[in-house]
Amino acid sequence: MTRRYVFTLAILLTVTGVGMFLYKWQSLGFPLSVQQQTPTWIVETSIRFDAGRGSIKVNLQIPTLTPGFERLDDYAVSKNYGFGVNYVGTRREAQWTIRRASGPQTLYYRIVVFENPNANQSDITPPFPLPPVINEPMKTAVDVIVEEVREHSADAASFTAELLRLANDPSPNPNIELLLADAGGRAGFVQTMTTVLAAARIPARMIRGIELADQQRQADIVPWLEIHDGDRWRYFNPATGEESLPDDYLIWWRGGEPLVSVEGGSNVDVGFAVKRYYLDTMEIARQRAARDEAVLVDFSLFSLPIQTQAVYAVILMIPLGALVVVLMRNVIGIDTFGTFMPVLIALSFRETQLLRGILLFTLLVALGLSIRFLLERLRLLLVPRLSAVLIVVVLLMLLISILTHKLGIETGLSVALFPMVIIAMTIERMSVVWEERGPGDAMRSATGSLTVALLAYFVMGMNWLEHIVFTFPELLLVVLAAVILLGRYTGYRLTELKRFSSLAK
Amino acid sequence: MFGLARKLADAGVLGLNKRNAELIMRLNPRHLYPRVDDKSLTKKLALEAGMAVPDLYGLIRNQGEVRNFQEIVAEHESFVIKPAGGSGGDGIVVITGRSKRKRDNFRLANGLLITREELEHHISNVVGGQYSLTGNPDIAMVEYCVKFDPLFNDVSFQGVPDVRVIVYRGYPAMAMVRLPTRSSDGKANLHQGAVGAGVDVASGRTLGGVLQNLVVDEHPDTGSLIGGLKIPNWEFILESSARGYEVTGLGYLGVDIVIDRDLGPLILEMNARPGLNIQIANGMGIVNRLKRIDEIYDPAADPATRAQVAQREFVAPVPERPASAVA
Repeated sequence: MTRRYVFTLAILLTVTGVGMFLYKWQSLGFPLSVQQQTPTWIVETSIRFDAGRGSIKVNLQIPTLTPGFERLDDYAVSKNYGFGVNYVGTRREAQWTIRRASGPQTLYYRIVVFENPNANQSDITPPFPLPPVINEPMKTAVDVIVEEVREHSADAASFTAELLRLANDPSPNPNIELLLADAGGRAGFVQTMTTVLAAARIPARMIRGIELADQQRQADIVPWLEIHDGDRWRYFNPATGEESLPDDYLIWWRGGEPLVSVEGGSNVDVGFAVKRYYLDTMEIARQRAARDEAVLVDFSLFSLPIQTQAVYAVILMIPLGALVVVLMRNVIGIDTFGTFMPVLIALSFRETQLLRGILLFTLLVALGLSIRFLLERLRLLLVPRLSAVLIVVVLLMLLISILTHKLGIETGLSVALFPMVIIAMTIERMSVVWEERGPGDAMRSATGSLTVALLAYFVMGMNWLEHIVFTFPELLLVVLAAVILLGRYTGYRLTELKRFSSLAK
Repeated sequence: MFGLARKLADAGVLGLNKRNAELIMRLNPRHLYPRVDDKSLTKKLALEAGMAVPDLYGLIRNQGEVRNFQEIVAEHESFVIKPAGGSGGDGIVVITGRSKRKRDNFRLANGLLITREELEHHISNVVGGQYSLTGNPDIAMVEYCVKFDPLFNDVSFQGVPDVRVIVYRGYPAMAMVRLPTRSSDGKANLHQGAVGAGVDVASGRTLGGVLQNLVVDEHPDTGSLIGGLKIPNWEFILESSARGYEVTGLGYLGVDIVIDRDLGPLILEMNARPGLNIQIANGMGIVNRLKRIDEIYDPAADPATRAQVAQREFVAPVPERPASAVA
């Protein structure tokens, strides 16, 4: 009965812990390793124009769905202008408005995106396009092209590829030539392609974006072709017919609308500047979670002041130290002075560094122990004696610090980081064991304590572990589950195998 | 490693984790612990149940009462001071006599003299809780010093040998005698270096001995053979042990008994967390016997019946070593 409760509880704790961990890791993007960095770009759009006489309204297409990238932040910089973002279908438009302005104006829109291969690529499934209204003689040309391409293709994707191949043919057939006669530039070319695709009842649209590079003062808009094959959107290079997206291609807007429209202004000039930098993955996850108002993060350690966070970085390692103690005592079977004394010693080793920590600790306990034996002759009562030992320990710490400082060994100063009450208790218990059970037992328990402290130190000192526990404190639930399970471990302790070896037949 | 663990499990050896989780936690409700952890209470309960215990000379309950010590022992040449809340024999001082010239000097079991002041300091420590399981203030008991049976003269070095019986659900399951050695400083405590010798529950005869997990045939200090000694009043010892279940209510119990030259077996103390060395002393695991008791368990049986059943059930296997001469 108890067993079932224990297992149920352990499973519950593990599932909760691991579940929260997975959510934060996979969905919120919290990083597993310490110094993980994510490439991040700032793209700045500047719109320059001369103000006219009346009121001014500026519309700028801005990114919505950006496969491969995720938006961390976007904002506008514009003095005195009213600013808003409008959703038009699946597009987003930034809008600046002002009643009156004079002289040259500059408006900025900045967007911060970071690389995220899993960023949502989904978009609504569009309806089948209506047959476009095309005037003769274009209509015949389009019909012939559609007919011809259809013969040589099997589905939407191969139709597109074939169409693009034909259209890019260095010696195009007369129909294509006729069709492309009016299409100016690459954008016009892609626009014409979407018309032909619409005539073939294939949903298609032009997308335009920029190829992000390290640092660009003036990035170019690159048009691309997007078709829907009934299942998902697919991207085609309009120049080659190849199905692909350029590397680091940030889709800025979709459709045939102009990038920017300015009412009440003239001499409009739009520029893109790109800058790449690396942002801590942790930082991105926090900002993103803050933006999405994820409760888990709001109530996480990161909402605490930095100093408190530093304290918790240490405190959160204590459960792991406790796990080490449980393993050492109940599975291995090592004797220690006091249950958690080794953990506290290990904590102070973190501050003093290992080797000198062990030296100082041994020195302190040895000195304290000899003075404790002197105190024994005074026949003090228990509590006053304990207090006397404590005072002696404090004085010894002071002495060691001053002596080592005079000798020029600054490392001795760290002796003050030891938990003095714990050391006083250790000395007292050790002296009692020493007298009652002999030096052998006392030394064995002391060695055991130090061994466990060492192990706990190594476990608690692992940087990646500290990072993981600090970022995902819910994993401590898993530690709790492990401790609870170990609480029902009824097998032999490792040392018992040796102890009872004479009974093994 | 796992092979060894499997072998031990097959031999029915009980480990500490299993003892704690499956016996102590299941059978020994915590609220009953004071009955054994406070030895003065154990003594009172045992007396009420009509069991034989060493005479209590006096209790020293607090620092102020330490001065009563002289008065308590005024009439007695020998006595034992023990912490009521102690464990594992820690803090027990055995006084076997007084200096002839100066009555305030006491002779310890090892022959050394100790002054009254030193003894009073020890009592202060006891009262202060130095030896108690919890570290809380404790009571020092001053009681009759057992004059142990000459039977064990040859196989113990100073100190008092005692008999430990494990009682499971009221049935004696396993027994051993603990023989003090020079290195155990006269204490009958196995992990302090006393010799443990298994006892055949059926006959009350000692089997071979162990010293610190090693099998020994002879006492390390006296050189006498350990096996084959017949413990007197064995039936009475078993019955008293079985009665310990009624007295304490603990289902997994260690009963410590000393055999006095004049008074016979006396219950010294009882233990809610008896150690596992008894298995080494008996050269066998205890688990199979516990299982057997579960099979034959009869809630209506009285202590005498249970002792008889145990005697019938738990006959020691024929020793592989040549049997020692009977004393």
